Amino acid sequence: MAKYIIQRTLLMLMTLFVIVLICFVLIRMLPPAPLPVGDPHSDIIEARREAMGYNKPYLVQFGIYLRDIFTKFDFGVSDKLYFGQDVAQIFMEKLPATIVVNLYSIILSIPIGIGFGIIAALKKNTWIDNVISTATMALISVPSFVYAFIIQYFLSYKLGWFPFLIKDGTDWFSWPMFWSMIPCVLSLSLGVIAGFTRTTRAELTEVLTSEFMLLARTKGLTKLQATVRHALRNCMVVIVPSIFGSFIGILSGSVIIEKIFGVPGVGQLYINAINGQDYPMFMLDTIFYTTIGLAANIVVDISYGFIDPRIRMGSKK
Amino acid sequence: MMNNSANKMEYEHIPKEMFEFAHLDAKIHDAKFETKARGYFADAMIRFKKSKAAVAGAWIIIALFVFSILSPIISPYSITDQDKFYVNSGPFIREIADLDIGLFDGANTKTSVNDIQLAYWKGIAVETGMDPLIKILDTYETVSMYRGQEKISYTYKVSTNKYYEQGVMYRVLSYEEFEAIQDWQDETGIQVIYPYVMPEDIQGISDRANIWYQVSDSRGTPVYDENGDFIPAYSTNSAVEGAPYDSIRVPGDDGSYIYSIRKSGAVQVRMCYYNYYQYVNGHEPFYIFGTNSMGMDLFLAIGIGSRFSIIFAIIVSAINLTIGAIYGAIQGYYGGYIDLIMDRISDILSGVPFIVVAVLFQLHLAQKVGIVPSFLFAFVLTGWIGMAALTRKQFYRFKGQEFVMAARTLGASDWRLMFKHIFPNSLGTIVTSCALVIPSVISSETSLTYLGIVNISAFAGTSIGTLLSQGQTSISSSPHAMFFPALYFALLLIAFNLFGNGLRDAFNPSTRGVED
Repeated sequence: MAKYIIQRTLLMLMTLFVIVLICFVLIRMLPPAPLPVGDPHSDIIEARREAMGYNKPYLVQFGIYLRDIFTKFDFGVSDKLYFGQDVAQIFMEKLPATIVVNLYSIILSIPIGIGFGIIAALKKNTWIDNVISTATMALISVPSFVYAFIIQYFLSYKLGWFPFLIKDGTDWFSWPMFWSMIPCVLSLSLGVIAGFTRTTRAELTEVLTSEFMLLARTKGLTKLQATVRHALRNCMVVIVPSIFGSFIGILSGSVIIEKIFGVPGVGQLYINAINGQDYPMFMLDTIFYTTIGLAANIVVDISYGFIDPRIRMGSKK
Repeated sequence: MMNNSANKMEYEHIPKEMFEFAHLDAKIHDAKFETKARGYFADAMIRFKKSKAAVAGAWIIIALFVFSILSPIISPYSITDQDKFYVNSGPFIREIADLDIGLFDGANTKTSVNDIQLAYWKGIAVETGMDPLIKILDTYETVSMYRGQEKISYTYKVSTNKYYEQGVMYRVLSYEEFEAIQDWQDETGIQVIYPYVMPEDIQGISDRANIWYQVSDSRGTPVYDENGDFIPAYSTNSAVEGAPYDSIRVPGDDGSYIYSIRKSGAVQVRMCYYNYYQYVNGHEPFYIFGTNSMGMDLFLAIGIGSRFSIIFAIIVSAINLTIGAIYGAIQGYYGGYIDLIMDRISDILSGVPFIVVAVLFQLHLAQKVGIVPSFLFAFVLTGWIGMAALTRKQFYRFKGQEFVMAARTLGASDWRLMFKHIFPNSLGTIVTSCALVIPSVISSETSLTYLGIVNISAFAGTSIGTLLSQGQTSISSSPHAMFFPALYFALLLIAFNLFGNGLRDAFNPSTRGVED
């Protein structure tokens, strides 16, 4: 197992390295952002650019970039959006908003999703199952930003229960902040809930028809006991890895949802960096999102082995 | 008991001559099936047709396709037509609005409207014959103390017709256009130009062209005559006569009202915008889905935007299918080191977030090959990976089977084995996943155009994503601009998913004969 984890991590680092290299070279091939003339920061940024190896071969530049990251945790300075400021520092300031919003949504959606899945599986082929399955299908098909609009329109505008956008400030755990986050959290959750419902339903319907369930019932367990003690545990083999996966996902969040509800998080920073062509910021965001994506894959794979010892990840035939 | 044993006796000793040969003179063959043979695809079709949801999905897709083809034909507008006065207006069709059933009446809701505002709309209704006020939804009474006395004032929540509400406005016209409008008026009997009102006759109000009646203050409180009607304040000052007018006159005009005033080589008039619109466009406003914040006809814009999305998604899926199938076939067929190296490549590519790919392609390629081709490349660069993985799995499954071995023994080349023998067997799975790729392409294309990272408006006119972001800017005042594109988009995706899921189940032989 340990060997497998190490192997996967090394492979991931290699993949990450190649991706970052390609993106880096492609970004540096573009002309750097023009600096405002006469601004005192311009000279400093010019000097920093010189130190970062602009005008040198791309591979040398990449070497300098990596060296700065590893020795000083320095990802460069923003040259458009937050003129002259340290990119990594701004990024760190944006991270809490994303994490808090996504954390709430995960906490909300996992129990609800699994709950609906269990109900649908137990009441298979009744109207309850049909309603849940149809809703799940619709929610999975349609991207979350479409129902974000609906939620924003009805809850924030028509009913006026919530503010349109998230409250300003950094008091992440205060009540007004939580209240203003609810529409955003709901929009993020619906898709996740639907995902968990579908997985749970599919898995549980399969487990419920297996023979050990019949054995459990013949031994005198009630349906509830048999479902909770035997069927659900077996479902978890599939569900728990996806829970781990979504916990990694809370870091990255949803770019569009953050834009709609004005969450001052990394997703919005990313969009602004792209639209403002702030390359150092874009580069940092790219590294971040790529790492999250790759790490989530590994965590899901490895957790299979932890949950169910019968699964030997990476074993040969 | 007795009987039974007697029977037994009987069967035990059957005389030999009681036996006779069956089929003595008939040759026995394997009976040929009377039924028709049913192929893999025909079988899948039958199962597909049984699934109601999938068939419904297919019909919805067809209906949406037809919509996107027909909407440019039905709509009298083009995508560049943008009317700045009918921005963010609700659905409106005159014929249905006149039925007064609350549909297609360009309604929008206004709150805290006071009596002066109501009188103002009544003024429009009396002058132009088009009543902007549809319904008073709610009345609120406020009691306030004014100079020691209780004063009751009312405010209303009303729904008004956005198209009629424009009423009359000041416009500067050239002499030629002024003449042309008069001719048009005589021809059609629709009045565009209304008598001029001098600001000094209406307490100096110069920003509200719709006030044509006598008012008592600069807020526009009307003065009524003994019957409760408005008293016209049309100008009769012949000293400022602008251009000759001999066309339709308003009732009550004895020929003394003036219809224009001179403004540096042109004439300024009061004209009814709704009727002027008919003069310019040749038809009344006709917005089945209303207009958005750009003043575009949404009915047309949705058709045009979705047409691009659908065609684009089909092209992308076709390219990805081809590349993925070839790549996966080579990977799966040869295996070993080739598989390992190729798998690394697709692994690296699939690790790049799609948004990064799209942005980098926009930055590098958009100026050289155009925005849409570079957008297409971005989708192709990572899109084929799923397809390749699928094909690879299918090839691993089939390549060791007897029919492949037999073909190889007979001397078939690698290429022939791959594409004549193995590939057709995995086609069902691959085609099915293609049906699920289309909605995912549409959805990411819409996300990117919504975010404004890619702007394809110059090429395609507009796109659903652009419409959504334009609708979002006015979501509180005119939700329809958001609602219709979102509805179309949601329907399209749900239908494609229903269709794709149905196809997947139909092509999956393990569900054959399972009825649930």
